[in-house]
Amino acid sequence: MHAIALEATNAVVTLDVALPGIVWGWIITMNMWAKSIGTGVIFILFYLLKKYPNEAAYLRFPLTVVSIVFIHLFLFFTVIDLHQMFRFWHIFFHPHWMSAITVGAWMATIYVGLIFFLAYASFIKKDNALFDKILIWTVVVGIPVTLYTAGLMAESSARELWQMPTESAQMILAALLAGSATTLLIGGKLPYEAKRDLAIILGLSAFGAFILYMSEYIFGAMKAEEVAATLEFIKGNGEYTTMFWIGQIFAFIVPMVLVALSVTNKSTSLLALASVSALAGLWVSKHVWLVIPQLLSMS
Amino acid sequence: MQLGFLVDLHLCMGCKGCEIACKVENEVPLSTWRLRVKYVDVGVFPETKRTFTPLRCNHCANAPCERICPVSALHYIENGIVNIDKERCIGCAGCVMACPYGAIYIDPETQTADKCTYCAHRIASSLMPACVVACPVEANIFGDMDDPASNISRYVMEHQGNVQVRKPEKGTDPHHYYVGGGNVTLNPLASVRPEGHSLFTNITHLPVGGHH
Repeated sequence: MHAIALEATNAVVTLDVALPGIVWGWIITMNMWAKSIGTGVIFILFYLLKKYPNEAAYLRFPLTVVSIVFIHLFLFFTVIDLHQMFRFWHIFFHPHWMSAITVGAWMATIYVGLIFFLAYASFIKKDNALFDKILIWTVVVGIPVTLYTAGLMAESSARELWQMPTESAQMILAALLAGSATTLLIGGKLPYEAKRDLAIILGLSAFGAFILYMSEYIFGAMKAEEVAATLEFIKGNGEYTTMFWIGQIFAFIVPMVLVALSVTNKSTSLLALASVSALAGLWVSKHVWLVIPQLLSMS
Repeated sequence: MQLGFLVDLHLCMGCKGCEIACKVENEVPLSTWRLRVKYVDVGVFPETKRTFTPLRCNHCANAPCERICPVSALHYIENGIVNIDKERCIGCAGCVMACPYGAIYIDPETQTADKCTYCAHRIASSLMPACVVACPVEANIFGDMDDPASNISRYVMEHQGNVQVRKPEKGTDPHHYYVGGGNVTLNPLASVRPEGHSLFTNITHLPVGGHH
């Protein structure tokens, strides 16, 4: 918000109702963060099984379990954020297909079915061919599951900061970043080449996401008054300036540097640190971007 | 039929009669509002003036709240009103995030979204909205935009060139108009909102929908 009144008008709000607090807070951040891991590991597993079918074969079941856990965390936080959580079933019986929430809920439901099918194929049936067939469809459905939140943010007409296609790109990059970081932490037995590939995915995802944030940070204010006012919260002495930069440093800058050092020195010892930093920083950067447009008065 | 609302800001004197009538008619809980009158003071003493702007749902023809609602709790009715079915609402607050006018809130009693419905229940009984009835200076003008003989249509025609909507750049096509508005009254970014106090209160933020 502007710190001082415009000299020409000196307009000051002197009586108004109390403004609502943050509507979508840390619960929605948890939702987006957990979803990034839940779909990201499946994207990464697909890549690893194509490129390193023998070396990565042992990851079929562990990464499926990780996906199940984090997608259910995502669903849990989605439901508990509803003010009427026991009416969640209305989405299935009164669906409104123009809403990204509806599309996302249906896609996530199909996705959950598919990952349980993957668990069945890998743990009970022990059928790798079946697993790999289902995995293709899981990846296909995983894409809209990853992107629907971006659609939701784009449909939030009041929040000028959240633009398409930037948010779509951010969601996909977040999934690749979270998926590669999680797989690096779990896939200790992977050969160096596979770890190097994951490190490069991690580093490039961090680089891409950082470029998008910085582009908005620098140029966003030149396009729209509301974006300029929103970005004031992460510039100078803004309420979220420190948190914004903590997010950027841990999610993107530290992983980029550590990945560069690892690849240059052909060492994987720094990758665990890069992964933890990326996952922690991703939560923070997503949270700041979620909250700051809600600090503006809409009326 | 396309119902619309027009507020003549030249006439509004900030008595808040409309706000109270709305609260009573719709049993709007404390800490929330369907209609409110915002005061903005402009200028430097002694050259100052106070502006009054009634703010309510704009009943947009291209309503972001209707589009984002996953269960069609927010829906159009045949007279153009964007109505809400509180029994169907799941309280996702997507509409709160989507509305560029900040007109939707989470009702702390029902834990569902709520907003101005142009008193749809009164209109169904051929009554005017409560705020229109309460206004002592007839600053609130309500009627059928499709009928060229209606009060609102004639008012719009008489004041051509001085009829505005809030945030036209959002492409929402509001059916709520202002005569005599300006940047200070219609653009929230054109005025400073100091934290901590206003004329009668020192509350600037409230939890959304109470505890849930």
